[in-house]
Amino acid sequence: MSANRDSACVIRDCDARCAMRDTRRWKGSRLAFSSSRIPHPASRVPYLVSRVPYLVSLPAALLSFLLGIPARTEAHLVNTGLGPFYDGVSHLFIAPEDLLTVLALGMLAGMGGPLYGRTVLFSLTVAWIIGGVAGLAHSSEIAFPLSAGISYLVVGGLVALDRKVPIGVVIGLASSFGLLHGFLNGTAMVSSKLGWLGLAGVSAAVFVVVALVAAFVVWLQFAWARIGVRVAGSWIVAVGLLMVGWSMRGK
Amino acid sequence: MAFSSRIPYLVSRISLVSIVLWPSFAFAHEQAGAAAGFLSGFAHPSSGLDHVTAMMAVGLWGAQLGAPAVFLLPVAFPMVMALGGMLGLLGVPLPGIEIGIAVSAVVLGALVLGSAKPPLWFALLVVGFFAIFHGHAHGTELPPGHSGLLYSLGFVMATGLLHAFGISIGLVHRWPMGRVALRTAGAMVSVAGMAFLWRAVS
Repeated sequence: MSANRDSACVIRDCDARCAMRDTRRWKGSRLAFSSSRIPHPASRVPYLVSRVPYLVSLPAALLSFLLGIPARTEAHLVNTGLGPFYDGVSHLFIAPEDLLTVLALGMLAGMGGPLYGRTVLFSLTVAWIIGGVAGLAHSSEIAFPLSAGISYLVVGGLVALDRKVPIGVVIGLASSFGLLHGFLNGTAMVSSKLGWLGLAGVSAAVFVVVALVAAFVVWLQFAWARIGVRVAGSWIVAVGLLMVGWSMRGK
Repeated sequence: MAFSSRIPYLVSRISLVSIVLWPSFAFAHEQAGAAAGFLSGFAHPSSGLDHVTAMMAVGLWGAQLGAPAVFLLPVAFPMVMALGGMLGLLGVPLPGIEIGIAVSAVVLGALVLGSAKPPLWFALLVVGFFAIFHGHAHGTELPPGHSGLLYSLGFVMATGLLHAFGISIGLVHRWPMGRVALRTAGAMVSVAGMAFLWRAVS
């Protein structure tokens, strides 16, 4: 298949095993990923060392994304210059109180499997839209600082625990937090004059983020990758605890 | 090479580019101080040597203990630490915080030095007990005008990455010389903890 394989096989005389390994590699993405666990007979690289890029890449990506968060977190003042729809899209990515909730729900759905992922994808988005419409009908902006903390504690806690949760519970959580965050978004859209298009932008962004996160978590095959998701869940719980503290302190 | 096996490498490179193009260098005008919440939270754990040594020791000990402790300790520690932070934010007093932090370095270093392998529940209890002190002391120091959420996020992430760093170093446990080096590192953490303790009580 490759020059590396050929040279290794010549040296080690392991044509049969290499051929089997390469066949598995090319059969499909899932098998390709799992077949990479089979060390090459000629390989002298320890298994854990070979895993380092995989271990590092996810935290590095998360870190770089968070470092890239622009200065202001008050998303409702955002003006992309591209119109209210894109202002709404950008809202989610610069409002960590909403984004972390969506990420946590995506992780929870992904840990349950494809069915959970598909269900949460639609239930959360629909609930977000319904809540947003109700918020748009409201005359003034409502602040509920505890909402972020509560959603982090509940959803992040379930991710960290990694227990099988009934699908009805997950749908209920997605719908409840979708309604709550969507409603708060909607009231903010009124004051920032983003209106319906802004709500459509936020909802579209929620849909895409949940789809990507849930699909990514479903795709993860290894136990250590699942533990990485649990660690991320524990971080979200930790942030939630501190957020509850900040809220009750009045900061 | 299959595309799926290239994804981590692509992600690593994208991450590198993102960090290099970090927008804080171009922060404009009146918004310059706001996102500093994340940065101050992220920098805070590494600003205190007592916190850094204790976090590293947790990672080293986790690596010595092996699975499942190596995974469960980093999951449990941030949550209990944040609980301590929440208690601090709510004004619940905790006596002897500095002493508790110093003792955490002494004890965790000694556990690494002795390559102790207690039951999992006991390891979680020890780490959780000391996490309360670290959270109470460090999780509440939000600079004025900064975002509490981003500060908390940065603080928790930095702590988790310190654990990960400790675990990465602890992987040398696989080799005989590495085991010796690890125990030596534990001794150094313990000695540093004694110095912190001396400073705290004097």
